[in-house]
Amino acid sequence: MSLRQSGTDRIEKQIRLVAPRARVWHALTNTREFGQWFGVKLTGSVAPGATLRGPITIKGFEHVKFEATVETVEPESRFSFRWHPYAVEPGVDYSDEPTTLVVFTLVEVEGATLLTVVESGFDQIPASRRAKAFAMNSNGWGAQVENLKRYLTA
Amino acid sequence: MVEQSVQLDNVFRALGDPTRRAMLRRLAAQERTVGELAEPFKMSLAAASKHIKTLENAGLLRRTVRGRTHYCQLNPQPLSDADEWLRSYERLWDRRLEALEALLRHPEKE
Repeated sequence: MSLRQSGTDRIEKQIRLVAPRARVWHALTNTREFGQWFGVKLTGSVAPGATLRGPITIKGFEHVKFEATVETVEPESRFSFRWHPYAVEPGVDYSDEPTTLVVFTLVEVEGATLLTVVESGFDQIPASRRAKAFAMNSNGWGAQVENLKRYLTA
Repeated sequence: MVEQSVQLDNVFRALGDPTRRAMLRRLAAQERTVGELAEPFKMSLAAASKHIKTLENAGLLRRTVRGRTHYCQLNPQPLSDADEWLRSYERLWDRRLEALEALLRHPEKE
Protein backbone atom coordinates (compact mmCIF):
# COMPACT_ATOMS: atom_id res chain seq x y z
CA MET A 1 0.00 0.00 0.00
CA SER A 2 1.63 3.21 -1.02
CA LEU A 3 0.48 6.14 1.01
CA ARG A 4 2.27 9.33 0.09
CA GLN A 5 5.14 9.46 2.55
CA SER A 6 5.44 13.18 2.96
CA GLY A 7 1.75 13.88 3.01
CA THR A 8 0.37 11.42 5.48
CA ASP A 9 3.07 10.45 7.92
CA ARG A 10 4.06 13.77 9.41
CA ILE A 11 2.97 17.23 10.39
CA GLU A 12 5.47 20.05 10.46
CA LYS A 13 4.77 23.45 11.99
CA GLN A 14 7.02 26.40 12.38
CA ILE A 15 6.49 29.56 14.35
CA ARG A 16 8.68 32.60 15.00
CA LEU A 17 8.35 33.55 18.64
CA VAL A 18 9.52 36.93 19.79
CA ALA A 19 11.20 35.69 22.95
CA PRO A 20 14.66 34.54 23.95
CA ARG A 21 15.43 30.89 23.38
CA ALA A 22 15.72 30.22 27.11
CA ARG A 23 12.25 31.67 27.63
CA VAL A 24 10.71 29.47 24.94
CA TRP A 25 12.54 26.45 26.33
CA HIS A 26 11.00 27.12 29.73
CA ALA A 27 7.52 27.37 28.22
CA LEU A 28 8.09 24.00 26.54
CA THR A 29 9.63 22.04 29.36
CA ASN A 30 8.17 23.50 32.54
CA THR A 31 5.13 21.28 33.02
CA ARG A 32 3.00 24.07 34.44
CA GLU A 33 3.73 26.38 31.53
CA PHE A 34 3.50 23.59 28.99
CA GLY A 35 0.09 22.76 30.39
CA GLN A 36 -1.09 26.32 29.98
CA TRP A 37 -0.68 26.54 26.25
CA PHE A 38 -1.09 22.87 25.45
CA GLY A 39 -4.30 22.60 27.44
CA VAL A 40 -3.43 20.00 30.03
CA LYS A 41 -2.99 19.93 33.79
CA LEU A 42 0.33 18.16 34.14
CA THR A 43 2.22 16.77 37.06
CA GLY A 44 5.75 15.43 37.02
CA SER A 45 8.78 17.01 35.44
CA VAL A 46 10.41 16.78 32.06
CA ALA A 47 13.31 14.35 31.91
CA PRO A 48 14.31 11.65 29.44
CA GLY A 49 12.16 8.57 30.00
CA ALA A 50 9.71 10.38 32.26
CA THR A 51 5.99 9.92 31.80
CA LEU A 52 3.89 13.06 31.81
CA ARG A 53 0.28 12.60 32.77
CA GLY A 54 -2.71 14.76 33.37
CA PRO A 55 -6.24 15.64 32.33
CA ILE A 56 -6.78 17.74 29.22
CA THR A 57 -8.25 21.13 30.11
CA ILE A 58 -9.67 21.98 26.69
CA LYS A 59 -13.42 22.47 26.87
CA GLY A 60 -15.23 19.31 25.86
CA PHE A 61 -12.17 17.12 26.30
CA GLU A 62 -11.89 17.22 30.07
CA HIS A 63 -12.47 13.46 30.29
CA VAL A 64 -9.33 12.86 28.23
CA LYS A 65 -6.07 11.94 29.86
CA PHE A 66 -2.89 13.26 28.36
CA GLU A 67 -0.06 10.79 28.58
CA ALA A 68 3.33 11.19 26.98
CA THR A 69 6.75 9.63 27.40
CA VAL A 70 9.64 12.02 27.15
CA GLU A 71 12.41 10.94 24.79
CA THR A 72 14.93 13.72 24.21
CA VAL A 73 15.78 16.69 26.39
CA GLU A 74 18.64 18.76 24.95
CA PRO A 75 18.50 22.05 26.83
CA GLU A 76 17.34 24.99 24.74
CA SER A 77 17.54 23.06 21.51
CA ARG A 78 15.47 19.89 21.37
CA PHE A 79 12.61 18.31 23.30
CA SER A 80 10.65 15.28 22.18
CA PHE A 81 7.98 12.93 23.45
CA ARG A 82 5.88 10.02 22.24
CA TRP A 83 2.14 9.86 22.68
CA HIS A 84 -1.11 8.62 21.24
CA PRO A 85 -2.55 11.30 19.00
CA TYR A 86 -6.26 11.90 19.32
CA ALA A 87 -6.63 9.45 22.14
CA VAL A 88 -9.92 11.07 23.01
CA GLU A 89 -12.47 8.30 23.43
CA PRO A 90 -13.43 7.63 27.02
CA GLY A 91 -12.80 4.10 28.19
CA VAL A 92 -10.59 3.13 25.27
CA ASP A 93 -7.20 1.66 26.07
CA TYR A 94 -4.74 3.01 23.55
CA SER A 95 -1.64 1.46 25.05
CA ASP A 96 -1.38 -1.25 22.37
CA GLU A 97 -1.55 1.24 19.54
CA PRO A 98 1.55 2.74 17.98
CA THR A 99 2.60 6.19 19.16
CA THR A 100 3.64 9.25 17.24
CA LEU A 101 6.80 11.20 17.99
CA VAL A 102 6.54 14.92 18.69
CA VAL A 103 9.79 16.85 18.33
CA PHE A 104 10.25 20.50 19.26
CA THR A 105 13.39 22.17 17.90
CA LEU A 106 14.54 25.65 18.87
CA VAL A 107 16.78 27.84 16.75
CA GLU A 108 17.83 31.37 17.60
CA VAL A 109 17.13 33.89 14.89
CA GLU A 110 17.52 37.63 14.97
CA GLY A 111 15.49 38.95 17.87
CA ALA A 112 13.41 35.83 18.07
CA THR A 113 13.30 32.08 18.40
CA LEU A 114 12.23 29.80 15.61
CA LEU A 115 10.24 26.89 16.96
CA THR A 116 9.67 23.86 14.74
CA VAL A 117 7.27 21.11 15.73
CA VAL A 118 7.32 17.84 13.84
CA GLU A 119 4.91 15.07 14.69
CA SER A 120 5.57 11.86 12.78
CA GLY A 121 4.47 8.26 12.65
CA PHE A 122 0.85 8.75 11.60
CA ASP A 123 0.99 6.04 8.96
CA GLN A 124 1.27 3.51 11.79
CA ILE A 125 -1.94 4.69 13.45
CA PRO A 126 -4.84 2.31 12.76
CA ALA A 127 -7.01 3.46 9.89
CA SER A 128 -10.17 3.14 11.94
CA ARG A 129 -8.77 5.53 14.53
CA ARG A 130 -7.86 8.05 11.90
CA ALA A 131 -11.26 7.86 10.28
CA LYS A 132 -12.88 8.35 13.65
CA ALA A 133 -10.79 11.38 14.42
CA PHE A 134 -11.47 12.76 11.00
CA ALA A 135 -15.18 12.41 11.48
CA MET A 136 -15.01 14.03 14.89
CA ASN A 137 -13.31 17.04 13.47
CA SER A 138 -15.48 17.70 10.49
CA ASN A 139 -18.65 19.62 11.02
CA GLY A 140 -21.91 18.15 9.92
CA TRP A 141 -20.90 14.54 10.11
CA GLY A 142 -22.98 13.73 13.15
CA ALA A 143 -24.74 10.70 11.74
CA GLN A 144 -21.51 9.35 10.33
CA VAL A 145 -19.85 9.69 13.69
CA GLU A 146 -22.65 7.59 15.13
CA ASN A 147 -22.07 5.00 12.43
CA LEU A 148 -18.42 4.96 13.17
CA LYS A 149 -19.02 4.66 16.89
CA ARG A 150 -21.14 1.61 16.24
CA TYR A 151 -18.43 0.27 13.98
CA LEU A 152 -15.75 0.70 16.56
CA THR A 153 -17.74 -0.77 19.40
CA ALA A 154 -19.33 -3.68 17.52
CA MET B 1 -15.38 18.46 -2.04
CA VAL B 2 -18.75 17.13 -3.14
CA GLU B 3 -17.14 14.08 -4.69
CA GLN B 4 -15.27 13.49 -1.50
CA SER B 5 -18.49 13.71 0.50
CA VAL B 6 -20.12 11.14 -1.76
CA GLN B 7 -17.12 8.89 -1.28
CA LEU B 8 -17.30 9.33 2.49
CA ASP B 9 -21.02 8.64 2.45
CA ASN B 10 -20.30 5.37 0.68
CA VAL B 11 -17.64 4.53 3.22
CA PHE B 12 -19.86 5.18 6.20
CA ARG B 13 -22.80 3.40 4.60
CA ALA B 14 -20.58 0.40 4.02
CA LEU B 15 -19.54 0.49 7.64
CA GLY B 16 -23.11 0.74 8.88
CA ASP B 17 -23.74 -3.00 8.63
CA PRO B 18 -22.43 -5.61 11.07
CA THR B 19 -21.82 -8.25 8.39
CA ARG B 20 -19.70 -5.90 6.34
CA ARG B 21 -17.81 -4.77 9.42
CA ALA B 22 -17.06 -8.37 10.26
CA MET B 23 -15.92 -8.94 6.67
CA LEU B 24 -13.54 -6.00 6.94
CA ARG B 25 -12.16 -7.28 10.19
CA ARG B 26 -11.46 -10.64 8.59
CA LEU B 27 -9.82 -8.94 5.62
CA ALA B 28 -7.65 -6.92 7.95
CA ALA B 29 -5.97 -10.18 8.93
CA GLN B 30 -5.44 -11.52 5.41
CA GLU B 31 -6.90 -11.62 1.93
CA ARG B 32 -9.84 -13.97 1.42
CA THR B 33 -11.69 -15.52 -1.45
CA VAL B 34 -15.35 -14.58 -1.89
CA GLY B 35 -16.29 -18.02 -0.60
CA GLU B 36 -14.13 -17.66 2.49
CA LEU B 37 -15.64 -14.27 3.21
CA ALA B 38 -19.17 -15.61 2.94
CA GLU B 39 -18.51 -18.79 4.90
CA PRO B 40 -18.93 -17.69 8.58
CA PHE B 41 -22.16 -15.81 7.90
CA LYS B 42 -24.43 -18.65 6.82
CA MET B 43 -25.59 -16.74 3.79
CA SER B 44 -25.85 -17.41 0.11
CA LEU B 45 -22.95 -16.56 -2.13
CA ALA B 46 -25.21 -14.05 -3.86
CA ALA B 47 -25.97 -12.26 -0.59
CA ALA B 48 -22.29 -12.20 0.28
CA SER B 49 -21.48 -10.84 -3.16
CA LYS B 50 -23.86 -7.96 -2.56
CA HIS B 51 -22.05 -7.02 0.63
CA ILE B 52 -18.72 -7.35 -1.12
CA LYS B 53 -19.95 -5.09 -3.89
CA THR B 54 -20.95 -2.43 -1.34
CA LEU B 55 -17.50 -2.57 0.22
CA GLU B 56 -15.97 -2.40 -3.23
CA ASN B 57 -18.03 0.68 -4.14
CA ALA B 58 -16.83 2.41 -1.00
CA GLY B 59 -13.27 1.63 -2.06
CA LEU B 60 -12.70 -0.40 1.09
CA LEU B 61 -12.22 -3.68 -0.72
CA ARG B 62 -10.19 -4.55 -3.76
CA ARG B 63 -10.67 -7.64 -5.80
CA THR B 64 -8.01 -9.43 -7.80
CA VAL B 65 -8.67 -12.37 -10.02
CA ARG B 66 -6.12 -15.17 -10.13
CA GLY B 67 -7.08 -18.04 -12.35
CA ARG B 68 -10.77 -18.56 -11.67
CA THR B 69 -10.67 -17.35 -8.10
CA HIS B 70 -11.56 -13.87 -6.89
CA TYR B 71 -9.45 -12.68 -3.98
CA CYS B 72 -10.60 -9.80 -1.79
CA GLN B 73 -8.20 -7.44 -0.05
CA LEU B 74 -8.77 -4.67 2.42
CA ASN B 75 -7.99 -1.18 1.18
CA PRO B 76 -7.80 1.04 4.25
CA GLN B 77 -7.17 4.22 2.26
CA PRO B 78 -10.71 5.60 2.20
CA LEU B 79 -11.12 4.82 5.87
CA SER B 80 -8.02 6.67 6.84
CA ASP B 81 -8.52 9.58 4.48
CA ALA B 82 -5.20 10.56 5.87
CA ASP B 83 -4.63 13.90 4.23
CA GLU B 84 -7.92 15.28 5.40
CA TRP B 85 -7.44 13.86 8.84
CA LEU B 86 -3.99 15.34 9.18
CA ARG B 87 -5.33 18.70 8.16
CA SER B 88 -7.90 18.69 10.91
CA TYR B 89 -5.32 17.45 13.37
CA GLU B 90 -2.97 20.20 12.26
CA ARG B 91 -5.52 22.79 13.31
CA LEU B 92 -5.14 21.57 16.87
CA TRP B 93 -1.41 22.27 16.65
CA ASP B 94 -2.09 25.71 15.18
CA ARG B 95 -4.31 26.52 18.11
CA ARG B 96 -1.71 25.32 20.59
CA LEU B 97 1.11 27.27 19.01
CA GLU B 98 -1.04 30.39 19.00
CA ALA B 99 -1.65 29.84 22.69
CA LEU B 100 2.10 29.47 23.22
CA GLU B 101 2.70 32.70 21.38
CA ALA B 102 0.12 34.46 23.52
CA LEU B 103 1.66 33.06 26.68
CA LEU B 104 5.09 34.38 25.71
CA ARG B 105 3.66 37.76 24.85
CA HIS B 106 1.72 38.13 28.07
CA PRO B 107 3.67 36.20 30.64
CA GLU B 108 1.78 35.23 33.71
CA LYS B 109 3.17 36.67 36.94
CA GLU B 110 5.28 34.03 38.66
